[in-house]
Amino acid sequence: MKRAPTHSYPGLNLGRRHASADKASEVVTFGFWVFLMSDLVYFGLMFAIYITMIDAQAGGPGPAELFDLKSIFAQTLILLTSSLTVGLAMLALKYNLPRWRIVFWFCVTLVLGLCFLFLEIRDFMSMAEKGGIPQRSGFLSAFYGLVPLHGLHVTAGCIWLIVLGIQLRVFGLTDLLMSRVVRLALFWHFLDLIWIGIITIVYFGGLTYG
Amino acid sequence: MTTNGSGFFGRLDWDSFPIAGLIQNPNTNEIVANAAAAIVIVGVIIVVGALTWFRLWGPLWRDWLTSTDHKKIGIMYIVFAIVMLARGVLEGVVMRAQQAAGPGDGFLEAEHFAELFSTHGTIMIFFVAVPFVFGLANFLVPLMIGARDVAFPVMNQISLGLTVSAGMMLMVSLVVGEFSTGGWTAYPPYTGAAFNPGVGPDYWIWAIVVSGIGTTLTGINFAVTIYKLRAPGMKFMRLPMYCWTIICSSILIVFAMPPLGVAALMLAADRYLDFHFFTNDLGGNMMNYANLFWLFGHPEVYLLVLPAYGIYSEVFATFSAKRLYGYNSLVIATMSIAVLSFTVWLHHFFTMGQSALINAVFGIATMLIAIPTGVKVYDWMATLFRGRIRFSVPMLYGLSFLMLFVIGGLSGVILANPTVDYQVHNTLFLVAHFHNVLLPGVLFGLLAGYNYWFPKAFGFRLNEAWGRVSVALWTVGFMVTFLPLYFVGLMGMPRRSFSWEDPSFHPYMIIAVVGALIILAALLSVVVQLWISIRNREKTRVPVGDPWDARTLEWSIPAPPPPYNFAIIPHVTDRDNFAAAKERGTAYPSPDAYEDISVPLNTGIGFILCVLSGVWMFALVWWIWWLALLMSVLMLASFIAWTFKSETERIIPAEEIRRQHEAWLDLVHNSQPVDRDYETAPENRGLARPDLEAAT
Amino acid sequence: MDKRSEMHRRERRRYVIGYGGSLLLTFAVFGIAYRYGIETPGVYLAISLLGLAQLIVQLVYFLHIDRRRSSREDLDLILFSTMVLLIIILGTVWIMGNLAVRMHTIPM
Repeated sequence: MKRAPTHSYPGLNLGRRHASADKASEVVTFGFWVFLMSDLVYFGLMFAIYITMIDAQAGGPGPAELFDLKSIFAQTLILLTSSLTVGLAMLALKYNLPRWRIVFWFCVTLVLGLCFLFLEIRDFMSMAEKGGIPQRSGFLSAFYGLVPLHGLHVTAGCIWLIVLGIQLRVFGLTDLLMSRVVRLALFWHFLDLIWIGIITIVYFGGLTYG
Repeated sequence: MTTNGSGFFGRLDWDSFPIAGLIQNPNTNEIVANAAAAIVIVGVIIVVGALTWFRLWGPLWRDWLTSTDHKKIGIMYIVFAIVMLARGVLEGVVMRAQQAAGPGDGFLEAEHFAELFSTHGTIMIFFVAVPFVFGLANFLVPLMIGARDVAFPVMNQISLGLTVSAGMMLMVSLVVGEFSTGGWTAYPPYTGAAFNPGVGPDYWIWAIVVSGIGTTLTGINFAVTIYKLRAPGMKFMRLPMYCWTIICSSILIVFAMPPLGVAALMLAADRYLDFHFFTNDLGGNMMNYANLFWLFGHPEVYLLVLPAYGIYSEVFATFSAKRLYGYNSLVIATMSIAVLSFTVWLHHFFTMGQSALINAVFGIATMLIAIPTGVKVYDWMATLFRGRIRFSVPMLYGLSFLMLFVIGGLSGVILANPTVDYQVHNTLFLVAHFHNVLLPGVLFGLLAGYNYWFPKAFGFRLNEAWGRVSVALWTVGFMVTFLPLYFVGLMGMPRRSFSWEDPSFHPYMIIAVVGALIILAALLSVVVQLWISIRNREKTRVPVGDPWDARTLEWSIPAPPPPYNFAIIPHVTDRDNFAAAKERGTAYPSPDAYEDISVPLNTGIGFILCVLSGVWMFALVWWIWWLALLMSVLMLASFIAWTFKSETERIIPAEEIRRQHEAWLDLVHNSQPVDRDYETAPENRGLARPDLEAAT
Repeated sequence: MDKRSEMHRRERRRYVIGYGGSLLLTFAVFGIAYRYGIETPGVYLAISLLGLAQLIVQLVYFLHIDRRRSSREDLDLILFSTMVLLIIILGTVWIMGNLAVRMHTIPM
């Protein structure tokens, strides 16, 4: 398998300066990509279910009554920004910037992730007030099967950020931890990609065809 | 069954145990149910007792349960699969007996019969075929590609733990509560809360979800292992055929397990949280479930059968003393099958009511799969053609497969025609078809692999005579049991019926139960073969490691292999590298220098997650919420704690490796090479006098 | 300026371009929705194309997936996954849509 000299594996990588970490994380990063693709199928199927159940409102509240585009807009911006900040944490690692820079960007990402979750949960609560609970209709079941699944992934990402931040403080920049930072960044970018699917299909799709 | 689940033990109470049923209402049905529970309990007592009596807890923990060695994990998978196989076969025999006891109602109650076919299917697919296939893959893949372990040894251990804990749920369901009555497919709305408020479907759901996670992790692991850890020079087109089938099978897992997980979790949401994915009311749509389930279900059968094809490919080549014919076409056929298997799922529900156009499209796609499969069959026959064939046990399984599997495949092409399917769907014709592909296809392949690679794993050969008895019994047993079902299916006998009335079915049912007893005998013969082989092991030792004059890398190292597999990572220059080296006379080189080798340390995380996830599932099934929550927290915490571990590998010093390897090389040089005529004689110490000329 | 900080600057610029591009596309999507209302298939088509564009922008600028040789492996993986995903999703929508029509759960 021929590769360009500076990259031992494609996509996000640690660069030549961390050659040993780069080598060690080649296999595991590829494995993580495969995992993400498997996860992608999970989401893909939930999207498909949502599409097939968009009409199954059973007389309950529909997208027009339930969705609050302003809040969705805010969530989109927050998640997009957090995708940038996690990337900056990656860069700080790759270019050997002081460790506090990495931890700083981690903290910013964490705060943004938590803000996102706060807004999302607030949305769910206001939906519930209008009768938009998953027990009401097939459509709402599909909605609550998909969007909170993404939220759950963001929650897992937040826990990962915290754990990894602690580990970086305890152990310093070991090869293993550097490769974990790469995977966390991948994961976080992936969640933003899924979110684009959610706003396009769940929210705008729901409003157009629901 | 109580349905209020607010107490300390959730909805678990005295009535949940089958013994309560026996006391209240002693009849045949309850006796069978209690006998099954008793077998589980007695089995556990015997195992625990034996371990204590022989003081084996320590070695079990140190050498096996905490091991991250892919070879040991593979062996544990296979042991687990064989235990579950015993239960699955017994259930099959009871079901055949029930139907043979007709016309009329037989000796079991309808609910009990439904539990039997549900557990039989679930066990055979998820807890026999999958662990057996991936047990073999675990043992073989790193050895075949010249690697020291799989890509993620600890994740491998976790996969095993999750698969086993899920399988244990099926055992627990015999003793506490009951299992699902909804078949292995568990179609709602029947399995929904409205029609099935009991614990049965919940056992099914959580066993499927947890084993599904385990299997997905395995798939990722093997895809990455084969993609990234091949020895230098092992290009893709030099991979042993078996590894090709495993990489395709792993890709199938990565993409096909999610639909099953989604379907099962959505069913769980319906049952636990009153969602409306598949309910009859408020916009639920049960057809979504059928669609999701078979999005998984069809790739699943190929992920099981492809590795069996791989095993046959190795077996035919070795025992014909020939290069595998048409390697390239086999690779292409394997990949085509893997991709096509994603395009045919609808043929499992032709009669669900979609338009003729859709049925036709999926019917044609299904028939297309016969083309690459046909290519494979011809390639195997061409491999045999003019080979110097030895009728050893694996080869006999292979020949039995070639003949019987074609019948099964052809009946599949018949079923792929939607108009025919309308006539025979949900009859025993279908049951005959899929047993016809799964037994000769998957099971015979796995047994062939078990006989073929056993000497590599344990250092001694299996008894040949009992092996032949086994082949004969499996083959005859299969034919007597399942071929009649084609006819009775065409006559219109529905599958899964605990009772029937038409007297013309009766002779077929009697023949089938006789066949089932032969299959039971076949299973016993496997056990007897193992027992006799262990007793006579001193006479069949093959420490040099190549008893069959075989072709691939795993035979170039000692049997059993050392923990680090290869003292020196081989440089691969040919397809069938070991065969090529034997032809050149360079099969057992003495290396100039040795290196330190680091191997992964033992860890308990897999076992811990196995236990915690088992309790977690049990708590969810019985609505013991505090326990489920506690287990979730503990699982997360133990996983995070594990990530804090910084020491993960230990070093085996070069000096020790040199000593072991040179001792083995001395053995190689002092052994007498044997001709193929003496393959099964005690003289065969694992050094072959190569008979590979036929390769050219 | 040494080579290292030059590369750092260049890579950081990549992220910023990705961020700016995505931001722009996000504003465009919500702007269209605000300006034209989310009623007609035409508006929805525009929105979904912009979503697709944003997916590609993020794949290229955040995940560094492109057609260079070193990225080929991941690109292959993503393309294969996309193919399987399309088969699954389109197949599901086709089958379930057809069933819905034939079962009269939605009007013809």
